[in-house]
Amino acid sequence: MPSGVDVKEPKLTRADFATDQTVRWCPGCGDYAILAQVQKIMPNLGIPRENIVFVSGIGCSSRFPYYMNTYGFHSIHGRAPTLATGLKVTRPDLSVWVVTGDGDGLSIGGNHLIHAMRRNLDIKILLFNNRIYGLTKGQYSPTSEFGKKTKSSPFGTAEQPINPLGVALASECTFVARSVDIDTQHLSMIVERAARHKGTAFVEIYQNCNIFNDGAFDDFVAREVRADRMVQLEHGKPLIFGKDRNRGIRLRGVHPEAVTLGENGVTESDLLVHNETALEPTLAYLLTRMNPPEYPVPVGVFYRADRPRFEEILEQQSIQATARLGAGSIERLLNSGASWKVT
Amino acid sequence: MSPPAPRAHEETAQTVSTQTEVAPPSAKVTELDTVVIRFAGDSGDGMQLTGTQFADTTALVGNDLATLPDFPAEIRAPAGTLAGVSGYQISFSSHDIKTPGDQPNVLVAMNPAALKTNIDDLDEGGILILDTDAFTEGNLAKAGYKSNPLKDGSLVGYRLFDIPLTALTLHAVAEAGLSGRQATRCKNFFALGLVFWLYERPVDYTREWIEKKFKNSEQMAKANTLALLAGYNYADTTEVFTTHFRVRKADLAPGTYRKVTGNEATAMGFIAASMITGRPLFYGSYPITPASDILHELSKFKNYPVKTFQAEDEISAIGAAIGAAYGGSLGLTGTSGPGVALKSEAIGLAVMTELPVVIANIQRGGPSTGLPTKTEQADLFQAVLGRNGECPVAVVAPATPADCFPMAIEAFRIATTHMTPVFFLSDGYLGNGAEPWRVPGSGDLPKFEVRFRTEKEGFFPYLRDPRTLARPWAVPGTPGLEHRIGGLEKEDVTGNVSYDPQNHEKMVRLRAEKIARIADDIPPLQVLGKDSGKLLVVGWGSTYGAITSAVQELQAKGLPVSSIHLRHLNPFPRNLGEILGRFDKVLVPELNLGQLRTLIRARYLVDAVGLNKVQGKPFKVSEITKAIEGILRG
Repeated sequence: MPSGVDVKEPKLTRADFATDQTVRWCPGCGDYAILAQVQKIMPNLGIPRENIVFVSGIGCSSRFPYYMNTYGFHSIHGRAPTLATGLKVTRPDLSVWVVTGDGDGLSIGGNHLIHAMRRNLDIKILLFNNRIYGLTKGQYSPTSEFGKKTKSSPFGTAEQPINPLGVALASECTFVARSVDIDTQHLSMIVERAARHKGTAFVEIYQNCNIFNDGAFDDFVAREVRADRMVQLEHGKPLIFGKDRNRGIRLRGVHPEAVTLGENGVTESDLLVHNETALEPTLAYLLTRMNPPEYPVPVGVFYRADRPRFEEILEQQSIQATARLGAGSIERLLNSGASWKVT
Repeated sequence: MSPPAPRAHEETAQTVSTQTEVAPPSAKVTELDTVVIRFAGDSGDGMQLTGTQFADTTALVGNDLATLPDFPAEIRAPAGTLAGVSGYQISFSSHDIKTPGDQPNVLVAMNPAALKTNIDDLDEGGILILDTDAFTEGNLAKAGYKSNPLKDGSLVGYRLFDIPLTALTLHAVAEAGLSGRQATRCKNFFALGLVFWLYERPVDYTREWIEKKFKNSEQMAKANTLALLAGYNYADTTEVFTTHFRVRKADLAPGTYRKVTGNEATAMGFIAASMITGRPLFYGSYPITPASDILHELSKFKNYPVKTFQAEDEISAIGAAIGAAYGGSLGLTGTSGPGVALKSEAIGLAVMTELPVVIANIQRGGPSTGLPTKTEQADLFQAVLGRNGECPVAVVAPATPADCFPMAIEAFRIATTHMTPVFFLSDGYLGNGAEPWRVPGSGDLPKFEVRFRTEKEGFFPYLRDPRTLARPWAVPGTPGLEHRIGGLEKEDVTGNVSYDPQNHEKMVRLRAEKIARIADDIPPLQVLGKDSGKLLVVGWGSTYGAITSAVQELQAKGLPVSSIHLRHLNPFPRNLGEILGRFDKVLVPELNLGQLRTLIRARYLVDAVGLNKVQGKPFKVSEITKAIEGILRG
């Protein structure tokens, strides 16, 4: 159960989290699937609607709060983590969510994202990564692949894409996960795990923009290839994938290697066993760098850790100071410091 | 920056009894009304500390005082250079004073560079105390002196006390066993002790301060105490000084007083607003000169309902303040002009979402990085106008360091009553300057209530209070009031996203009207002097002291001049236009090129003229008297 949240009988349903607003994403957009899964898992959390706040920035993904029947704040470009920070610090009783995109979170708001994660506030960050700027109609984003031709890069981009999960790990984020829009079961499982994590949870969600970057992830998420080109990370289990469950990942030095079980004497015991709670996120980082076509794309929880939450530390400092000094009052405030009397 | 005096806000409230004012029999006593001293030295010489200590003791012996710290932006500019000179000016008096003085009567210069950069300001015949040991060939060259002013007769117009301060200090602190370099650094306390004697101040308060400050280093505590006492005794026992000076207690209104800088008073005012409303204070800030002291101050108050957040940047600082305000706290961010530039988009968001956020701008010289440690009033346009779209906010400005306290409360009164962002426009001169503050009783503080909407029935996020047009403050956690807000244009009442042309115009006008109506809720201006006449001087912010001193001086001479001082700059007080109309001429002195003047001319079609100065320094009283006299002569 998320920290500090009143628990009531979980009698809400998915429909309770839908608003009366017309959803204005393009027909066929991956955002619909994400919205549906978030609405679906919300009743499971047992948090009253009034204690949930969705904060967003700017972009297609950032329209999300309008469609959640909770409190919501559609802020300005890139700044959602800052509002969430002020809100969570002053209202630790609330369940605070940030919905952002690859442009909003990693370009204009990159600074806020990394600092929110390193502080480890108990907030949940969902980053919809469609590798394109949708709302401004088709410019490349910080996650667009190198050389991609877009409206603003007719000759191809000249920029290396950023690795969102690598950024999260480098920022000491305590819950780092990835899922995809169309794998609804996996997505809802990951979002719910993020919700239940105590600390900052960062979830990258591959999301198809069917207007400006259609099929960006088809190479590995399409139903017919998914089993062969993606690998689900499961805590304590070897990294096995493939239609026939005969492929796996083993480690050669510090390099992952995709192997076939039974070939060249490779057995399951040679494979890398996933450990979400490893002391160091080093292995998790290697996994974030597994890209197609050489590797299957990993999804799941890459890393998690238990660290004190920013807002709790601040609260603790206040409690300790108050215990030591007594609670402040207006009289004490006015009568502090060196003074003299004039009669 | 000097460290603040030992405030230890929690437990160490102390009332200091002042020492007897009887001088030792050895020296003649000359009584003075007002004295202006400037301490000047290298930025590593501890001049801010020396000045602050002198000011603290001066406050405690009951003088009125005003201070002007003036230091370079570099923490340690190359030693001995002109650029590295740091100064602290203090004026103290047996009567009410409002400025740190136009010209020092006493200059303490710790090296040739300090002499060179300050000597032109010293009164003719003023007291000049120099450390002769610092007048080496190297230091003289660094200061650009071709010949040694101690020997070339260029200082004959002053009462020169050339004292080997460094050698005397080294001798005095020898028994503490510090290294030569550390021992030399005690010379500011030697100089302080000397000036304490010269002006009949007790050393006790500074001794206590040294003990607390160096409680972890007995050696440093001992050395600095020895230097302080040695300076005092040197002045007392040698015959260098044949007279010393008495400035009697000021005849201030009865009450409890303490010395505050503007930034300290600002921090306390914001905390007081929290205590008055019962809502926690949240301060989001990114370090910036000259506003950082507010962050330092507020971060000490952990046993109060105060949370401070050192953000990763200026935008985050205000974003977090907006988030806090959304959650029901008093959301506050503080910065200086360049930081406000970065916050502008977020201020627009707070205007659109109609949340009570206060933005404290401790103005400094601009544009861009400008003059980080110097004062200016050139961010008025930025506060009133500096955002995209029609984006009105309320603007208030304190007039003196102590006035920062009530005006900080006022900023939150307006913000929470009218559900709007409010600018609090202080500046470097107010923020770092100090004066005695008559501490109000808790019953003297303004009262205002903060109410959250809790009724579900009939709730809409953009319903408006019929009087103020404020929308309800409906905070997360309130059952049944779940709603969504944001930066997109809102439909009237429902707050739903709306691109409707008529609705947009309606909302733009509603937001403007909401700010305009704040004028119903602010006190009318009081005219200093006659209600009508030849000339009205209009001021705002930190120019209050200089303008008021100048106007009172000339009124005493019978000149037909009056003044008003604006503490509310948007909206203006209701009676401003009417007052302006009663005078033949209007003069607006400002530390900018005429920003208030432009606003007043545009609004009231008054042919106001300006007195404008942008040198990073406050007005001298004489600059204003001269301008007034010039206008009155026609």
